[in-house]
Amino acid sequence: MINTALVSWKAFGPIIPEMFLVCIGLFLIGLDVFSPKRRELLPWLTVIGCLAALVMVAGEKNIVGFGGMIIADSYASFFKIICLLGVILAALMSEHFRRTEGLKQGEYYSLMIFSAVGMLLMASAGDLMVLYLGLELMALSIYCLVGLPRNDGRSAEAAMKYLLMGGFASAILLYGISLVYGLTGTTDIAQIAKYTVTGNLLENPALLAGLGLMIAAFCFKVAIAPFHFWTPDVYEGAPTAITAFMSVGPKAAGFAVFGRVLFTGFPQFHDQWGILLSSLALLTMAIGNITALSQTSIKRMLAYSAVAHAGYSLLGVLSGTAEGLSATMTYLLTYGFMNMGAFAILVLLASPGKRRESLEDYKGLAKTNPMAAFLMLIFMFSLTGIPPTAGFIGKFYLLKAALGAGYTMTVIGLVVFSSISAFFYLRVVRYMYMSDPQENIALDFTPGISAVLGIALLGVLGIGLLPGSVIGQAATALLGQ
Amino acid sequence: MEAMYIPKEYLAILILLIFGVLFGVVTLYVGRFFRLSRPYHEKLIAYESGNDPTEAPRMRFSIKFYLIAILFVVFDVESIYLYPWAVTYDRLGLFALVEMFIFIFLLLAGYVYAWKKEVLQWEK
Amino acid sequence: MIPLSWYMSLSAILFAIGVCGFLTRRNLIMMFLSIELMLNAVNLNMVALSHYLDSMRGQVFTFFIITVAAAEAAIGLGIAITLYRSRKTVHVDEVNQLKG
Repeated sequence: MINTALVSWKAFGPIIPEMFLVCIGLFLIGLDVFSPKRRELLPWLTVIGCLAALVMVAGEKNIVGFGGMIIADSYASFFKIICLLGVILAALMSEHFRRTEGLKQGEYYSLMIFSAVGMLLMASAGDLMVLYLGLELMALSIYCLVGLPRNDGRSAEAAMKYLLMGGFASAILLYGISLVYGLTGTTDIAQIAKYTVTGNLLENPALLAGLGLMIAAFCFKVAIAPFHFWTPDVYEGAPTAITAFMSVGPKAAGFAVFGRVLFTGFPQFHDQWGILLSSLALLTMAIGNITALSQTSIKRMLAYSAVAHAGYSLLGVLSGTAEGLSATMTYLLTYGFMNMGAFAILVLLASPGKRRESLEDYKGLAKTNPMAAFLMLIFMFSLTGIPPTAGFIGKFYLLKAALGAGYTMTVIGLVVFSSISAFFYLRVVRYMYMSDPQENIALDFTPGISAVLGIALLGVLGIGLLPGSVIGQAATALLGQ
Repeated sequence: MEAMYIPKEYLAILILLIFGVLFGVVTLYVGRFFRLSRPYHEKLIAYESGNDPTEAPRMRFSIKFYLIAILFVVFDVESIYLYPWAVTYDRLGLFALVEMFIFIFLLLAGYVYAWKKEVLQWEK
Repeated sequence: MIPLSWYMSLSAILFAIGVCGFLTRRNLIMMFLSIELMLNAVNLNMVALSHYLDSMRGQVFTFFIITVAAAEAAIGLGIAITLYRSRKTVHVDEVNQLKG
C-alpha cells in the first residue's frame, strides 16, 4: 500500500534555499565539464544564484521542518545572510583573483556553493545530527578549496593541516554529542534543555564533559585559542580569495551553532560556560593580538587578527543574554564587511607571479595608488575599531553586552588588546602613507574587485554611520523567534 | 551494586578462540621437534605461486588504483542509505521513493563528473 | 545482556587510543587512521546507547558518521597524494613551509 499522506510535500519548505543552491552548484559543475568555453560566466552565475538564495532566505519566516530538525527562524536567516554575503563577495573577488592566480576550475565555484549550503544548514540546525552534517559539508568543501591550486605546495600543506585538525575536532564534537545523547536520550537541541531539567542532570559531570567537548570543537571551528593553532598556517597557505571566504562564512556559521547550542540546548549551564568562554575569550584576544604584532606578512597578520576578532565576538555569546547574542551577530556582519575589504586589497595588489603579501610591498602605496591606500586605511581603521567605522559600533555593543552581564575583566581585556591591535593595523597605514614607494604597481580595478570594494566600503561606513538599523535587525531576529 | 556480569552466551566463542589459537601454536611448535630443517636459497625466497619474484614487494602502484579505490569507497558507502529505505519502503511510500531518486540522481551527478574528468579511463 | 558500561568503557578506550595516536604519530596516514578510530569509537557509543535507550536516533547518527568519514577519507587521501607529489613525503614534521 502506498501512503503519500505520511509526509507532505510542504515538508521541503524550510530547505528550499539550500536545495536551490545545491542545484546551482550542480549546474555550475555541469557547465564547467560540458562547456569549458563558458567558464567566464561561472563567477557571475555564482553571484546570481547566491543573490537569489539571499532573497529566499530573507523572506523566510519561522518555519520548523522535519520534526524540529530544521529551524528556519529569523536568528538563522540573519546568519544565513552573513554567509551568503561572504560567498557573493568571495565569488566576485575570485573573478579578479583567477586572472592573477589562474584558478580556472569550475569546481572552485561549486565547492564554494556547497560549503554555503553547509553553512545554511548549520545556521538552521535544530538537531545535533543536522548540525554535524552541515558542519562537515561546509568543512569538506573548504578543505578542497584550500588545496585546489595543485601546483602550489603551500596550498596542499595548508589543506592537509586543516583537514587533520578539522577531522580531529569533529571526532571530539561527536564524542561530546554521544555523551549528551546517552544522558538525555535525544539529539534535538530544544529537547536536551528539557531533559536536563526533568532528568535532574544539572550536576551531572558526564553531561558537563559532553558540553565541554562540544564547546572545544566549536572553538576549533571558529579559531578560539587554545584551539586556534591551525589558523595562521591555513589562512596563509590558502588562495587569498578563499582565505577571505574562510574568515567570514565558516566563522559566522560556527557562531550560529555556538549560539544555538548554548542558548537553546544548555541555558541552565550558563554559570559554567559563561566563565569558561570568558577566560577563553581573554586568552584568544591576547594571543591573536600579541602574535600579530610580530608578523611581516599582511596575510598572516590578518590571520592572527581573525583569531583576535573571534575572541571579541565571543563576548556577546558568553554574556548569555539576547542583547549579547545580537551584539555578536552585528559584529560578525561588520567583521565580514571590513575583513572582505582588507582581503580584497590584498587580492587587488597581487599580480601574476608576485603575491605582494608582505608589509614592505605596501610602502608608499598612497603615492602610487591613493584610491587603494585610502580604502585600506578605512578597513584598517574599522578593524582597529576607530569611529565612525563599523568596527567601533560592533565593539561598542559587545562591550555593553558583556558589561551588562557582569564580565568586567573580559571587557577590560577587550579594551586593552584593542589598543594593542592599533599598533599593527595602523602600521600598515604608516607604511602606506609615510614611506616612499619602492615600485610602481599598476592596479587593475576589474568589475569584480571593484564591486567587492564598493560593497565592503558601503557596509563599513553604512553600519558605522547608521548603526540603529542593523542592531535593530539583529535584535528583532532574536526576539521575533 | 549489581553482581558482576559474566557474558555466558559468549562462552562458546571464547572456547573456540582458545582452541583455534592452541591448534595453530601447538601444531607448529610440536612439528619443530619432528621435521627436518634444511634451508637453501630457493626455499627461502618469497613464495609467489611458483614463479620467481621479479620486483621488491614494496613497489609503487599506479596512482589510478588509488583514484578508483577512493571512488569505490565513496559510492560504496553512500549505498548504505538504500538499506534502511528498502526495509521500510512500504511504510514510507511515494514520498520516500522520490527522495531516494533525488539521492541517486546526486550520486549519478558525481559519477558523471568523475567520468567526464577521465578518472575512469585507464589510458589516455 | 552485556551492561552498557562495558560498551562505553571500550568506546572510551578506543577514543583515547585514537587521540594518543593522533598526537604522537607523525605519518599522515597513521594520523588519518587515528581519526577513523576515534570516529568508530563514537559509532560504537552511539549504537550501544541507541540500543539501551531504545531510540533510533543513535543508529541514524551512526549512518551519517560512516558516510561522512568515507568522504573525509577520500578527500584526505586526495590531498595526501597532492602533498606527496609536491614534497615527496607524508611525514608531518617535514611539511613545514608555513610557519611564524
